[in-house]
This record gives sequence, structure tokens and C-alpha cells, in this order.
Amino acid sequence: MTEATAGGNTVTDAADTGGAATPADRAAPVLKVCNLKTYLYTRWGVTKAVDDVSLELYPGETLGVVGESGSGKSMLALSLVRLTPEPAGRIEGGQIFLNGRDILPLSERVMRKIRGTEISMILQDPQQSLNPVYTVGNQLAEAFRVHDASIGERQVRERSIAALESMRVPAPERRLRNFPHEMSGGMKQRVVGAMAMAYQPQVLIADEPTTALDVTIQAQFLRLLEDLQQRTGVSILLITHDFGVIAETCHRVAVMYAGRIVEQGPVAEIFDNPRHPYTRALLDSRPRVDFVPDRLPSVGGQPPSLNDLPVGCRFAARCDYAEDRCREAYPPQVSQGDRYHAASCWRAEQAPWSNR
Amino acid sequence: MSVPEITEGTGDAHISPRPNFWRNRFGRRRRLDRVPWIPIAIIFFLLLLPAIFADLIAVHDPLRGVLSDRLTPPVWEEGGSWTYPLGTDKLGRDILTRLIYGARISLAVSTITILVGLVIGSILGLAAGYFGGWIDWIVSWLVDTFFSLPGVLLALVIVAAIGPSFLTIVIILSVTIWAPFARQVRGETLSVREMDFIARAQVAGSSPMRILIRHVLPNVANTLIVMATLQVGVVIINESSLSFIGAGIPRPNPSWGVMVADGRDLMLVAWWISFFPGLAILLVVLSFNLTGDWLRDFLDPKMRQRQ
Repeated sequence: MTEATAGGNTVTDAADTGGAATPADRAAPVLKVCNLKTYLYTRWGVTKAVDDVSLELYPGETLGVVGESGSGKSMLALSLVRLTPEPAGRIEGGQIFLNGRDILPLSERVMRKIRGTEISMILQDPQQSLNPVYTVGNQLAEAFRVHDASIGERQVRERSIAALESMRVPAPERRLRNFPHEMSGGMKQRVVGAMAMAYQPQVLIADEPTTALDVTIQAQFLRLLEDLQQRTGVSILLITHDFGVIAETCHRVAVMYAGRIVEQGPVAEIFDNPRHPYTRALLDSRPRVDFVPDRLPSVGGQPPSLNDLPVGCRFAARCDYAEDRCREAYPPQVSQGDRYHAASCWRAEQAPWSNR
Repeated sequence: MSVPEITEGTGDAHISPRPNFWRNRFGRRRRLDRVPWIPIAIIFFLLLLPAIFADLIAVHDPLRGVLSDRLTPPVWEEGGSWTYPLGTDKLGRDILTRLIYGARISLAVSTITILVGLVIGSILGLAAGYFGGWIDWIVSWLVDTFFSLPGVLLALVIVAAIGPSFLTIVIILSVTIWAPFARQVRGETLSVREMDFIARAQVAGSSPMRILIRHVLPNVANTLIVMATLQVGVVIINESSLSFIGAGIPRPNPSWGVMVADGRDLMLVAWWISFFPGLAILLVVLSFNLTGDWLRDFLDPKMRQRQ
């Protein structure tokens, strides 16, 4: 797709752009998730979509959450704004600290004030993220009015234009009068971005923001997010299934598998020295430009059903390096050299997969 | 491969020129000729105009006839006269005058009924579709119940209980008309609710009320307009049917249904007594259906242009 997927050297470049020191060293996290559990109660049983997830998001950094479909990434994102699907989804445990305040005990009323002002979200499909019956200007105006009904007509217009400009939308005045169907996907996603940033939230969750765009526009939009971050200092939680996207934009990455984070750490660390066999397998299955195999390698087998999880490591059944202990107990999360690199694998220290 | 830089003006190949309402996206002329002018004209001249200006247009008294002139045939038949262009009934009342005043009843009944049904149906449908859970359960149960009630029997029971009057018929018809609205709105709300722009509004901190009114309602409004238009026909038919069997507008008020009923035992002698009100019902209902069908196509969101 892009140069970043091609090899390890560009990865370090991407990490460098955000800051040489790990952003984690700088300040207290804006978003801290402790042992979050989100379960879905369906007719067929309890689905543990998010099961004991802990992560931190520091000011001005981009944390990538990567995993395959059904690993719980999106449910994690929805949990962070407390919008899990009703009535099936319920947050069953843990804490979510946003700007130091636990948001789980808050009333829905207070939560509504937080959404959009402190934490915001960009959804996957820009085609659907805009209401087809209103013009872009009308919808931007709403974004500015939701939390401030008294704001004047003129101010709304000025801010809307500024918001579009900050997302590099050409001819913003004219855009305001356009209906969503008159715009391209990439342009719509920029508008959605402008709306999400209306109140300058500290945290922006981007749930596969580029999946619905074509490849060239993808890279453009990711640059735009990066640029936005540098100007506003917003922390971005980027959810994706594409390691290429991670390499290009993220400082740190968390790998999710079957509802849990199996490994997290700085992007360069993870790429060069994965301490979990699943991370290794994901990295191996990326397409490359320097080596074109007949078939892309894939991770064999299926992830376990989230309704009926094994006792031991959830990846054990698909893992080439599994031992008896892997099937007996879930491995604890262990730091790997670098303070911020941790993996949940019994064999993380040996990492027999690294020398291939 | 290299990553393209962000440059001004990329991303969108065309910024569409200011769209013309009468032209579609491809610059082709909108099919103006598809506008159902004839049905619209019929609705206007047969229903709206007479209903509003009945007192100005009509020459005769709709309730009192001249007995000596009874059963006068229409003007083009032998024995007809321009005094009674469409003839008179068995009490010597002018058919045309009664048709004109009948339009007023049909219009009043259908407008009020549709409005009541529309408001109740949309509120219940929106709530059921958006909130789900027990609200949905109750509304769906009510809708199913009302769909399974035999309308005419229900009407007869209510009329027997509180007596026939204008208000009674409006109540009866409203009670039966809200259910299709509720069902339709609920279904559409269910699909609109899953759209990302609803989720986006939620993430932005909008309240459920705001989302329902600003985001869901406009997206089901087209359907509501089309449904309301189509239901006008249903309501006029129902009102006429009830009036025909004597459970509707009480005599001697000139409801079209009453007029058809009045002439039914004289069909062979004086066909015009039943024929003209029957024709009026047919034409008006057909016109509403045709207009509704056209509106459905016209309001299709894919054909929507900036106005």
C-alpha cells in the first residue's frame, strides 16, 4: 500500500515524526483504561467483546489498536464514549479515566456534555456519517451548537469555515452549501473530522477512519490527522486492522486478540522485536513490495468464539509455539525490556519466532 | 510508491456548479412531464375549490329541496334543465350543490383524520423504532391489535355507543389510520437509527430528543408525506362507506357516501343520484393515489437536489 508497509526502516521514521522521546515520559495520561470489561448479552450467550483491557493514552500521542475483525476493537472504542449498543452491550467492570475523572459512574446527562467536548470520534464510513438531508454547513453548525445553544449565526459560520480550513478542505465557503452526496468520500471524511474537532476535544477516537476510502486518499487523510495532532495536541486512538496504517501514524500500538490486548509498546519496538507470536504472525501477513510470494501468508485457523473462551492463552490453538502451560493458564502481561513494551505470552522472553 | 502530499484542491475532482432545481445531476432536464397535472387538477377543482368556496359557488340549498322538482334528470337528458345541471334527488335537492358541500365534508374529515393519525403514528413509531425495548413491544402490540380489528364492525360499535356525528366519524377513522403510520415510521426509524450519522450525533453529545427530531424525522418525512397522500384516498373511501351504511355523517348532511346510499333504491329510475357522488369519490381517490405514487418517486432521496 504505502512505503511504510514495505520494510522496517520507514517505521522508525514515522515514530520519529511525533517526538523522539516516548510521549509516555511527558505527562499524566489523558485517557486511562483499567481492566475494562464490556460484555454483550445475546440470545446465544455472553460475548466477552472487551475482556480485561488496560491502556493509557498520553497527551499528543497516537495509539494504534490493531486486531482482526471481531477482536473487540470497535466495542472498545464505543465503550470509551459509553455508547455500547443497547440493550445487549454492558460495561461490566473496570474504570475509564478521562482527564483524570472516572466516566463510568457519571450520569447519562453529564456524559452527553463530555462527548464532543472532551472526547470525540470519527467513524468508519464517511458516506454514512453525514445526514443526507442537510447541507454540510447546516451539520457543521449543529456540531457547534450542540453544547452551546446561544452561539450566533455569524460566529457559527466563521467557525465552520475555520474548521473546514483546518481540515484542508478547498473552497470552504462553497462547501458549506453542498449536500453530502455532492462530495467525495475523502472530502466527507474531512468534514466529519472537522465536526469531531469542533470543541477541541483532548481525545479523538478514529475507528478505522480510512477503511472506506481509496488507497491514495487514505494516506492523505492519515497525514491530515497527523497534522491536526501537531497543531492541536489532540491524543488519537486509532483503531485499524492495517499494520501499514499503524506504521505510518502511530507512536505506540496495542495488539488486540479475542477481547484482550496481547502486546503493546512503541511502534518501532513492536515491528523490530515482537514479543507475542500473534503480533509476529500479523506482521508476517502484511503485503510487501520487496518480496512477492505466490500467496500472502495468513494466520491459520479461526479466533476462538468470544462466547466460549479457552482457559489458557486465547491464541494457543493457532500458535506454532504453544506449550502445555499455554493451554492451562492465561499468561500474565510482562514488561519486555523497554518500560512501555509489554506482552502476554509465556514464551515472550525466548521469543522463538524472532529468528526466522 | 510514495505517499501523495496534501495539496489544495485534491480529493475532489469536481466542485459541482450551483445545481439547477429543474436539472438533475447529469444536467439532464428533470422529467417535468411526469408531474401528474390531471390528478392534481382533479383534486383542486373537485375537492379543494368546492370545499373552500361552497357558499359562493352553490346556488341551491344543500339540505332543502323543491319537492315538485324531484328526480329531475341531468341537463343533457330529456326533461333536464340548467336549473339543476346534474339533476335532483328524490327530495328535489340539487345534486351539484350537494356534491359541492359534500366535498367540504370529505376534505374536513380526511384532513383532520390524517393529521391526527400522522401525529400519533409518527410519535409512537419514532419512539418504538428508536428506543426499542418495552416501548417498541407495547407499540408493536398495539399496532398489530389495531390491524386485526375489523374497521367497519368497530365503527358500528362506536357509533352505536356514542351516536353518529362528525366528531364520531373523525374519531373512528383516526383510530384506524394511525396504525399504518406507526408501523411504517417504526420500520424506517429502525434502519435510520443504524446509520452512522446517528452514531456521530450521539458521539457529539446530542440528546435523544434532538437526534429524533433533527436526524430521524427528516429522514422519514418523505415517507410520511407519501403515506399521508395515499391515505387520504383510504380515508375518503372509509368515510363514504360508513356514511353509506348509515354509520357515518348523519343525514341530511350531503356526504358523498350518504348520497350514493340515497340513490341506491332508485338506480334504475334515476341513475344520476348515485352516479355523480360515486364518480366524485372514484376520481378524487384515484387522483390522490396517482399523486402519492408520483410523490414517492419525486421525493426519492437519490433524486434530491438543492433547492
